[in-house]
Amino acid sequence: MNDAQTAGDAAPLELRIAAKSFLSADGARVDVVRDLQLRLEAGSFGALIGPSGCGKTTILKIAAGLDPDFRGQLRTPGSGRLGIVFQEPRLLPWRTVEDNVRLALPADHANVELGDLFEILGLGSHLTRYPAELSLGLARRTAIARAFAVGPDFLLLDEPFVSLDEAIANRLREELLALTARAKVTTLLVTHDLTEAVEMADRLFFLSDRPTHIILEKALPPPRGGRSSDVVASISDEMRALVAQAAIAHAKR
Amino acid sequence: MLQRTYSLIALIAIWAVVAALLQSRLLPGPLTIGAAILTDTRTGELPFQMACTLGRVAASFVIAMILGTIAGYAMGRSKTFDRYADPWLVVLLNMPALVIILFAYIWIGLDETAAILAVAVNKLPNVVVVMREGARALDPELDEMAKAYQFARFSRIRNLVLPQLAPYLAASSRSGLSIVWKIVLVVELIGRPNGVGFVLGSAFSLFDMAKILSYAICFIVLMLVIESLVVQPLERRANRWRRRPA
Repeated sequence: MNDAQTAGDAAPLELRIAAKSFLSADGARVDVVRDLQLRLEAGSFGALIGPSGCGKTTILKIAAGLDPDFRGQLRTPGSGRLGIVFQEPRLLPWRTVEDNVRLALPADHANVELGDLFEILGLGSHLTRYPAELSLGLARRTAIARAFAVGPDFLLLDEPFVSLDEAIANRLREELLALTARAKVTTLLVTHDLTEAVEMADRLFFLSDRPTHIILEKALPPPRGGRSSDVVASISDEMRALVAQAAIAHAKR
Repeated sequence: MLQRTYSLIALIAIWAVVAALLQSRLLPGPLTIGAAILTDTRTGELPFQMACTLGRVAASFVIAMILGTIAGYAMGRSKTFDRYADPWLVVLLNMPALVIILFAYIWIGLDETAAILAVAVNKLPNVVVVMREGARALDPELDEMAKAYQFARFSRIRNLVLPQLAPYLAASSRSGLSIVWKIVLVVELIGRPNGVGFVLGSAFSLFDMAKILSYAICFIVLMLVIESLVVQPLERRANRWRRRPA
């Protein structure tokens, strides 16, 4: 470890889950995660990729500090200002779009100018509407605006672009990349979409079935975001082959 | 609204017809009652007695709502607390209103504190039961969101908890208001020298049906006015975010 590092600023995300289990309805213990180790350098962008139902959301919740009930260790990067986009928008139905975003702001940040962010996300004309009046796409964009608005140094995204149309999803991906480049944000994205992960991340973590652990970890060469579609496609193909191999090795074990 | 008015007019008409047919001192007609109300309003007697009762209603209602909401919320959020407090709640729920009133008067004395407390304690368990359901129904996903974004405690209560509890608060205050004012009359009948309940008690010993009816009607009207001018607008305000039917 480099001693010169200040504790808050450039600390990496370190997550070690020795075991995480749930009690199922009939009282049996179900192991969801076992022996998972994940390290993400400060300011880098990691993607968790895995089959649905493998416990990605569980891992994300633990990383967010929302679930202390696991065996292991968590060290979050930065000063701990967290931006999070859940799989569902999770907006307050009784507050307007703008209030939903502003309520999440930390006190010292409360009156920050958000006009640009709202414009970029196409929310400008919907600020006074209530979530029930929004389409799912707009609600998701509000949730993304909320995560960006707090000026996070740790950003967790749980399938944030699912069910958006492709044009908007692409635009939001670009915005997200721009934001994470501008500020030093450590980002962890959960997705089942390999192409999306390759486009955006600089480190990929492939997850196994339950009990989940990492079967393959791959650092991608920079620059993130600037990869052409050919490069993305070829990396994706290469990854698929590697993951298939790793999965077979895992099954034999 | 129009149907409601017609229905009320019909009720008064039936009353007038029956009273005219019976011609009994035990059922005065609407006109007699109206005259009695006017007389007592002019002397200031009626407004004074109503104000006494209304003050007691307000005080015990506020106490019961605040304590009941806090206790109900705590019971809905903590299973352990619920396990300990639930037997007390059951005892309180099944304690006859009259017994609580008598205990309060005997232990505290025949004074205002005892009267208000007795009514509040009578109302309390109902508030607790409703608010406990409300606290159990709080959305855990929004809770997680608030935790992740580190909502301050006050902001969490104001923006997260209270809006979710609002329908339960509205339900318990509507049912509560009617329970409270009925019990206040009993409390006044037993141990207070003023208020609508006291007047009804002395009118009863004189068989003064006109007085009983005129005071009862005035108070019912007053509660209706409070209901439609205070409770219902508050409820509408709390629900304005719900999608209106197209």
